Amino acid sequence: MTITRLLIMVREPEMIFWVFVFPLLMALVLGIAFRSRPEAPVAVGVEPGAGTAALVAALSAHDSVEVVSIDPGATATALRDGLAHVVVAPGDPPTYRYDPARPESRLARQTVDDLLQRAAGRKDVWTGRTETVTAPGSRYIDWLIPGLLGMNIMGTGMWGIGFTLVVQRTRKLLKRLIATPMRRYQYLAALVTARLVLLALEVVALVGFARLLFGVPIEGSLASLAAVSLLGAMTFGGIGLLTASRAQTIEGVSGIMNVVMAPMWICSGVFFAASNFPDPMQPFIQALPLTALNDALRGVMLDGAGLIATGPELLILAAWGGGSFAVALRIFRWR
Amino acid sequence: MAPTEAAVSCAGVVKRYGDVLAVAGLDLEVQRGECFGLLGPNGAGKTTTIEILEGLLAPDEGRVRILGCAWGRDDDALRARLGIHLQESQLDEKLSVVETLRLFRSFYPRGRAVDDVIGLLELDGKRRSWVGKLSGGQRQRLAVACALVGAPDLLFLDEPTTGLDPQSRRQLWGLLERYRAEGGTILLTTHYMDEAHALCDRVAIVDRGSIIAEGSPDELVLSIGAPHVVEVSFAGGAAAGPADMEQRLGGLPDVAGVRAGGAADAWTVTARSLHRALPALAGLAAGAGVEIEALTTRTATLEDVFVALTGHRLRDG
Repeated sequence: MTITRLLIMVREPEMIFWVFVFPLLMALVLGIAFRSRPEAPVAVGVEPGAGTAALVAALSAHDSVEVVSIDPGATATALRDGLAHVVVAPGDPPTYRYDPARPESRLARQTVDDLLQRAAGRKDVWTGRTETVTAPGSRYIDWLIPGLLGMNIMGTGMWGIGFTLVVQRTRKLLKRLIATPMRRYQYLAALVTARLVLLALEVVALVGFARLLFGVPIEGSLASLAAVSLLGAMTFGGIGLLTASRAQTIEGVSGIMNVVMAPMWICSGVFFAASNFPDPMQPFIQALPLTALNDALRGVMLDGAGLIATGPELLILAAWGGGSFAVALRIFRWR
Repeated sequence: MAPTEAAVSCAGVVKRYGDVLAVAGLDLEVQRGECFGLLGPNGAGKTTTIEILEGLLAPDEGRVRILGCAWGRDDDALRARLGIHLQESQLDEKLSVVETLRLFRSFYPRGRAVDDVIGLLELDGKRRSWVGKLSGGQRQRLAVACALVGAPDLLFLDEPTTGLDPQSRRQLWGLLERYRAEGGTILLTTHYMDEAHALCDRVAIVDRGSIIAEGSPDELVLSIGAPHVVEVSFAGGAAAGPADMEQRLGGLPDVAGVRAGGAADAWTVTARSLHRALPALAGLAAGAGVEIEALTTRTATLEDVFVALTGHRLRDG
């Protein structure tokens, strides 16, 4: 049964794409977009006016600044599109127009202000020494890969198990199977096992890819990583089972899946840290299974944490997995 | 279990879906080695009945015993002795024929070799084909093969030949006859009367959730008391000839019943004997001055039995 399920899955070309190629592409694209790069010059817009020439002269002298001239009416658009990070209107003193919600604009304002003050005769009291840190392990991609891994484990567990079940239910195949002496738990076990085998390949592919191309480190032991992935997969398998335990149609189960997964994609720290959300939401976010899985994966991959250190997260996962599995078995609809 | 115990026995089975009474107090007894047919139009409750017998549905009332056992105790052991074919099940399309059969074989503690079953169902040429690439007839045969692979004592078939071409149907019939020759028992549902006639030792006609007649196909045909059917149409259509044609036909010697036939201007006459009814029919036409355009006679079938018993045709549902 397990072998059969594996065969069926491998023969689904779309499945191969979503499970293997898609996460790798995602890692590649995001890795490139957020690659560590030398400090980019800040784009400074200058509005025309009495002191424009002097401003341009003062700013152009430095490599770290790229000067763009902006029509006064186009300031808002230029800022919005990132054409200029800050726009300077000449005057005494000059006016800085920028959006403080954008970190790069705040940075640009700071840089421009420094340059102009110095050009106006300000003397720095001292210049601090700088030291750049771009070691593997502390970059965005290092932080991202465990998140993608977690998201993938969730997707595989939920879609793989939930979807298959509903498809088989609508095709009346479940009913046909229970009409044989096959035991029901064997069927569910086969479904989960087949997924786990696939997941193992998936985890190896993603982690290996990240390691080779971006040098993403694995600080903790491979065994811990495997154990956390396994627990995560079983947890989401259980949740997948629960979402699919009653649904009668593909549309129905897709809807439920999305409702269940969307909050976790957003809140659970796949692409950005879960701590960006306001404090009152934190207890809920921390209790989400994907948050727990991502934290545990990051702990193992980035901080070299062992299983004991990630204990609370693993407990949350186990509770979700065990709970939904138990409920799913109770309410499962076989026909 | 006593060897004399019936393969299937149920009494007073009732199943309701909300307000709809799908099965209304059904009694049934199928002996070992028998081929028994549940016959009736779509929606008569055949599928519900067979699923109750298969243990897939629980009846609201009534008692069911299969091979001397009741559902609810040691179901796995009982299932191992049953072969079940469901009407709507679609097998995994991405598995080959031989893989599907191996999968089903693996569920049963004992059974036939997969290759035997493939040979039996004449699927040799398709061993490695994916289920999704099979024709309707081949899929249907595979579905039956999945039911046979556990070497069942009792085979349940729900509309096994619906949607098949005549050749595939005959192939399947041949297969079922071989299974029976080896001592198997079959309970099948169908809405094809010819199928029931060809395969079954006994049939039960089901209408609106209960059995309205039961017996061997020949007995049932005899039971309506008119083994011959004459279909006759007159030139010029129904308007030609006397308006009381129906009464006149009914009054002919040895005629048991008259009804309007399939076409608007045709009559279906059931008769106890042809040698008296036919000359009288010809005389009636000559006397009324209408010409007989077409006339066929045939032996009554289960279809005629059904019509005689219910007043409506099988396909009307």
